[in-house]
Amino acid sequence: MLISNLEILPNHRIVRHLGLVQGSSVRSKHVGRDIMASLKNIFGGELLGYTELLQESREEATERLLAQAQKIGANAVLNVRYSTSSIAAGAAEIFVYGTAVEIVADD
Amino acid sequence: MINVIGFVLLLVVGYLFGKYFEKRHYKSIIKREEQFNQLPAIATKYPPQDQVYQQQLVSGGVVIASDYFKSFVAGLINVFGGRVTPFESMLDRGRREAILRMKQNAQAHNANYVFNVKLETSRIATGRLGAIEVLAYGTAMIPAINPISAEQDQPSATPGA
Repeated sequence: MLISNLEILPNHRIVRHLGLVQGSSVRSKHVGRDIMASLKNIFGGELLGYTELLQESREEATERLLAQAQKIGANAVLNVRYSTSSIAAGAAEIFVYGTAVEIVADD
Repeated sequence: MINVIGFVLLLVVGYLFGKYFEKRHYKSIIKREEQFNQLPAIATKYPPQDQVYQQQLVSGGVVIASDYFKSFVAGLINVFGGRVTPFESMLDRGRREAILRMKQNAQAHNANYVFNVKLETSRIATGRLGAIEVLAYGTAMIPAINPISAEQDQPSATPGA
């Protein structure tokens, strides 16, 4: 499965559009991490725990997107976009969407 | 009285550590930006046609917290209005760091360019104080040595891996 945030694939032809596919993931860290984060808020700097958390969420959301695309018979997802929103204190939603297509390579 | 001492202590600690971390971060950002000069990140969505490339989604993200001093000064500026410089530098650091991490991922795939780079910023609520998350993502253009074999083993999509 090819995944790209471009709209054009050189040397390939799009033979079928299969519509929008999406994946999302809402995650939060345990309280210990949140306490560490609020301590870090005094000193400043990177919140490694949250960076990791969002990275994992993004991977999970992408997996869901790919699973959905696979289900409807796509072999590529183009024009992929990510969006993050914080839902509550300590929880964030990662949303990913794109267009599922079927591509064939040009000869 | 104890409240006032605690507050001043937090301000001083926040100022000293915040400034130290920021300085160190900028130093490392500038150093790595020079290293990654050979790998341009481009915001165009039309891919290059000069040779056959494989595409791979790459991303880089970072969460940066403001320090106590920054938050306090920003609160003060908020009263009078104007440029909130303490947060400007924080956002700048976040964006540059995210782009660097994205480029690092692209380099791991031996990419020549990163196309259609998108930057996204969001506020992560951590209790009362603020932290920001910056995500940079784009399509890494990996030169295919042999177009036919490249076609057969498409890279499994693991963005940010």
